[in-house]
Amino acid sequence: MSAPANRLATRNLTLGYDHRQVVRDLEVEIPDRSFTVIIGANGCGKSTLLRALARVLRPTSGTVLLDGKEIGAHPSRHVARTVGLLPQSPITPDGITVAELVGRGRFPHQGALRRETPQDRAVVERCLAETALTDLGQRPVSSLSGGQRQRAWIATALAQDTELLLLDEPTTYLDLMHQIEVLDLCARLHAAGRTVVAVLHDLNQAARYASHLIVLREGEVIAEGAPDAVITAELVGRAFGLRARIIPDPETGRPLVIPLPSQVTAK
Amino acid sequence: MTTRRAHPARCRAVGLPAALAALLVVCVLSLAIGALPLAPSAVWHGLADPASGAYAVVHQTRLPRTLLGLLAGTALGLAGAVMQALTRNPLADPGLLGVNAGASAAVVTATALLGISSLSGYIWFALGGAALVSVLIYAIGGGASSTPARLALAGTAVNAALYSYVAALELLDTGALDKMRFWTVGSIAAAEPGTVLRITPFILLGTVLALGCAKPLNTLALGDEAATALGAKPALTRGVAIAAIVLLCGSATAACGPIVFVGLMVPQVAARITGPDLRWLLPYSAILAPVLLLGADIVGRVVARPSELEVGIITAVIGGPVFLLTVVGRERA
Repeated sequence: MSAPANRLATRNLTLGYDHRQVVRDLEVEIPDRSFTVIIGANGCGKSTLLRALARVLRPTSGTVLLDGKEIGAHPSRHVARTVGLLPQSPITPDGITVAELVGRGRFPHQGALRRETPQDRAVVERCLAETALTDLGQRPVSSLSGGQRQRAWIATALAQDTELLLLDEPTTYLDLMHQIEVLDLCARLHAAGRTVVAVLHDLNQAARYASHLIVLREGEVIAEGAPDAVITAELVGRAFGLRARIIPDPETGRPLVIPLPSQVTAK
Repeated sequence: MTTRRAHPARCRAVGLPAALAALLVVCVLSLAIGALPLAPSAVWHGLADPASGAYAVVHQTRLPRTLLGLLAGTALGLAGAVMQALTRNPLADPGLLGVNAGASAAVVTATALLGISSLSGYIWFALGGAALVSVLIYAIGGGASSTPARLALAGTAVNAALYSYVAALELLDTGALDKMRFWTVGSIAAAEPGTVLRITPFILLGTVLALGCAKPLNTLALGDEAATALGAKPALTRGVAIAAIVLLCGSATAACGPIVFVGLMVPQVAARITGPDLRWLLPYSAILAPVLLLGADIVGRVVARPSELEVGIITAVIGGPVFLLTVVGRERA
């Protein structure tokens, strides 16, 4: 087994729920300081992989390696200070304010009995500022719009103060304007030096924002690399069963996927 | 840099001394009011001066009764708040998960079938019954992957079965259970100094465990995935929280019988002051619950003179409508 070149990697990783295998024998590495996006059709195992990378799902066999060591063998507090997670459907406690929610992200930095320190408060302030929520800190989370609420949850994961940030479908259930708002935020966090890993549904958004793509089909990696190199009509066909034409995005020059009607032959 | 202070933060800081003051007032009233009313100065003499005429009544009956109300109230308030956090269900109550019913069924069994009639004998049964039901509910409710609804349903089913069992035993064996008649509706009137001493260690331990859970329970409130990613250990936290609930409910039920609604009402009122942060909500519940319990007990002493109504009846009379209002309020919200 070769030592991974990056902080977060998997070796022979097999994942599943009960007796259903979702991911088989997977070997991937998350390039350090990349904005990695995991894409694939529904049920291909992309969220399952992310949950294992975040140590939330225990592998059936194989390992997730953090800094070359099995992630489960690290103390849980150390992992929580290194890898942050925005779960797919977190629960918002009744009546919690934005600042209080973000403050709960400080848990791995606090002792059992110690109260919040000035440093905790400073980090919370910084995370609110980074997600443009400073003015909404004292508002109940339930009174926010969908996009603001998602930003508040991202701020909570940010308050963990981790170098790696994993986001499980951060744009699902948001309207387009709020999707772009959240993706722009992810891009800023990446530009600030973090390694960001996100599961996304939208191929074009993935191609536009990612620096590194991991394409899954039925629990196996069928392509990985920079979007320019990875996204081809052939790959879209294999990953999604979709016929498509790929053109350069007139705005960014990144690949743009134009789906074709399933009955008509491409010219 | 001046941070704009949260509105709840200001209320929390001011509210805590106010709640403690209310508790002190209720304790003094509980010592003063009864068949023989005492002036506050007489209460003081009765406490401190063995030569005082009030010494006997204060030390033999009212002080144990007040201390028991204090302990049982704290236990039920904390247990209710921990349960509501654990099940993410604001209508959770030590009754809801069947823990009080488990303790009651075990005590009634010990009394009727084994002839055990002292608290020091049946407190172990109460704790065992509470623990058994908690583990049972946890298993039926789905263990680590339980959902609030599933847990609540499991509790309701077990509750119904156990209370039928208690009722059946009471009907079959009136003799042995006759002296338990007040116990089965929930009462602190028969408290003796021994009662208080007997349950204090259990309630102290339960209180320490419950307060120790506040921080990890705060992360659990965000969902198991978020909690795990934050470095908390959901299974361990649930285990410790359930142990706290068993100790608190088991010993309170052993000493007073099943008192309903205190664990439901108090955390809800407290949450309006503190918000959902358990580091504040738990201490507030621990202080406000005995205010309610002792207040209800005092009301029970004066409304049916020269007789008394048991505190369990008063809390049920207040709690029923509060429960309905909460349900209606949530439907509207």
